[in-house]
Amino acid sequence: MNWTWFHKMGSPKWFYDITDKWMFWLGLASVLLLSVAMVWGLAFAPADYQQGNSFRIIFIHVPSAFLAQACYVMMAVAGAIGLIWKMKLADMAAKVSAPIGASFTILALLTGAIWGKPTWGTWWVWDARLTSMLLLLFLYFGFMALQSAFDNESTAAKASSILALVGLVNIPIIKYSVEWWNTLHQPATLTLTERPAMATEMLIPLLLSIAAFYCFFTLVFLMRLRTEVLIREKRTKWVKKIVQPEV
Amino acid sequence: MDKLVKPSLGQSCLIVLKRDLRLALRSQSDLANPLIFFVMVATLFPLGVTPDKEFLAEIATGIIWVAALLATLLSLDAMFRSDYDDGSLEQLLLSPYPLYLLVLAKVFSHWVVSGLLLTILFPVLAVILFLPWEGYLAMLASLLLGTPLLSLIGAIGAALTVGLKKGGVLLSLLILPLYVPVLIFGTGAVGAAINGMPFSAHLLWLGVFLVMAVTLAPFAIAAALRVSIAG
Repeated sequence: MNWTWFHKMGSPKWFYDITDKWMFWLGLASVLLLSVAMVWGLAFAPADYQQGNSFRIIFIHVPSAFLAQACYVMMAVAGAIGLIWKMKLADMAAKVSAPIGASFTILALLTGAIWGKPTWGTWWVWDARLTSMLLLLFLYFGFMALQSAFDNESTAAKASSILALVGLVNIPIIKYSVEWWNTLHQPATLTLTERPAMATEMLIPLLLSIAAFYCFFTLVFLMRLRTEVLIREKRTKWVKKIVQPEV
Repeated sequence: MDKLVKPSLGQSCLIVLKRDLRLALRSQSDLANPLIFFVMVATLFPLGVTPDKEFLAEIATGIIWVAALLATLLSLDAMFRSDYDDGSLEQLLLSPYPLYLLVLAKVFSHWVVSGLLLTILFPVLAVILFLPWEGYLAMLASLLLGTPLLSLIGAIGAALTVGLKKGGVLLSLLILPLYVPVLIFGTGAVGAAINGMPFSAHLLWLGVFLVMAVTLAPFAIAAALRVSIAG
């Protein structure tokens, strides 16, 4: 297998140049997919026979919850790559993905609360899934706090990568333990995992919406990463050329 | 020429352990403060919430576990701090023995002066908070299994923040989310015991976590210490 692409990824300049071409298409895809998914999901999909129109929030809630978790895994994997192969770009990727993941976690928690009020009659329940998402948010906060506590960038990257990896081990534990913990007190009636078999008219916009969120995530992630590359490589010739072409 | 006496691996771990325990015994305020804190937090609840006996009995499990957790958190920052300040941590890193075993000895000594003492002290709190008699055995077992976990997980955070001037609050921020499973299974075991249900499943899970943490955490602690020292 040819590993050249992997080594090229170690070069911030190569990365900056190649993603330059992707940005437009990613932006276009995100806008198109998002608008189609949102209009279809929020306006045209049939209302649920039990929950009426309030179920429509899943078109935002489910994709953001997906990404909140996927982003953490990605962050930890990027951190591990940075630790093992000392790849600058991986360190930067881990750093810039944390605030995005935290935002998606907050979005998932907020939409969940908004959905919970009419459906469960309460903004917050100490349910398995809710609590584990809250903990995920705290893990993101811890990562960001540790990242910003160090003056030295490479120390910050190494330390926070170790923390991200430790937290990664904890994610499935948090999820399941809270489920077991709650079933002792009350039967788990309210879990978001057990989705009733969805009608196709609802499933298609949901899948579209997930695809749209993934596109949007990649777009924001690359934008932040490109900015981070410029900031960290500000002393190099190629960045100076981009920022001040005439000098 | 003097022949250097090189201690074996087991001996060097024992030396680290003995040294840390002796240091802890000599600075008695460091030793006593978390314990006093443990008792004081628990006395705040009857004053702040209600002195009602039945209500307290219901929340006693949670209070004891949360107080134990916070008291451990309080003692964590000191785990590597003085060694870092006087340079003996660097000597530990430079030693020819695997760092993760030496670190394990340090964590064990931390547990002896924090978690083990808290476990011994818990009946005092259980009495003043009216913990039902059925919960004592489960509480003892869960604290014995859970507090070493707190020391092991906490040591990762302490190692990550030891190079920082103000590590204290940051340390709690990093470690508290990781403590949640311990809290859940610890209180779960006692709750089950009070309700007359089998509680061995919770204890077994705590045991699983403990085995995992003893195996994996020292690697993370060692790696974190190397990062903190180098940075």
